[in-house]
Amino acid sequence: MSDNLPAVRDDDIEVELILRQVLQDVLGLDAEEVAEFTEDTGLFGHLPELDSMAVAGLLTEVEDRLDILIEDDEVDGEMLETFGGLLAFVTAKREEG
Amino acid sequence: MQLQSWQAPGGSEELAIRFGPNKAPRLLVLPAWFDESNKLRHFTIQTMRLLEKRGIASVLPDLPGCNESLALMQEQDLDSWRGAAASAAGKLGCTHILAIRAGANIAPALPGFAYAPLAGKSALRALLRARTISAKEAGREEKSTDLLELGKAEGLELAGYELGPRMIEQLSGAELPSESALTEIRQAELGGPALWLRAEPEHDEAQAAALAALVARGLVE
Repeated sequence: MSDNLPAVRDDDIEVELILRQVLQDVLGLDAEEVAEFTEDTGLFGHLPELDSMAVAGLLTEVEDRLDILIEDDEVDGEMLETFGGLLAFVTAKREEG
Repeated sequence: MQLQSWQAPGGSEELAIRFGPNKAPRLLVLPAWFDESNKLRHFTIQTMRLLEKRGIASVLPDLPGCNESLALMQEQDLDSWRGAAASAAGKLGCTHILAIRAGANIAPALPGFAYAPLAGKSALRALLRARTISAKEAGREEKSTDLLELGKAEGLELAGYELGPRMIEQLSGAELPSESALTEIRQAELGGPALWLRAEPEHDEAQAAALAALVARGLVE
């Protein structure tokens, strides 16, 4: 069991990197700016440029890059509101998958 | 740059923007669709300008129902767009294709390139998702599956586009052709973040230059 732990952590780090990368692409920020995103950084509803079309594009890109499928009813305000919320959702989804 | 007009099979008079010397090979540029068409318009035109500097002529037609077109969007479907693309290729004297994103779904059987091709069903999925997210924000609950059924029966407004029932029906099953005469150009080959993902439309000259270079090289081979 303990042998598996490092692998899981590696995957979590990869998930976070990919999520930051996609946000960087969507928001047109540079890597340093996105590196400053914390769990509490507000996303949907906080960043005016992140409208529903941009969020839809973001989720579709995350699905593609992480090979996960996000269902409609899983997309809710809590998951989209902060970087931490989205990261927790995507990480859990990836571990399911 | 020149404006040309041509008649689509549905009877509508459509415009096309043309760049480059009036000689073959001429590239038919099939634009990205819906919200992506706005985000990639500048990039697409700039790629054509850069191709012109390399001596390559290209034309970018309006798809019926889009841009300056007077045809009704609701009356369009994949068949009408395929017909329009084939007729534009013939009437505007094109020998090759450069399909941008979902444009690959309607490419006539000519050689050429598909830049970051997107299946029609994936384009529809993103539009439906955007609509359910914005409904949720407004306090309404909408489900993609219900919207899809409604759309197939009555048509649906998605991202500001009034899509008719046949368009929704055909998009929902539209996969990219497994055998294509088009050479795929992946986003990674352009060396930058995908411009269609950008929340605010933005241009990247280096990416347009990279695409023009890849296309120009491919045409010579």
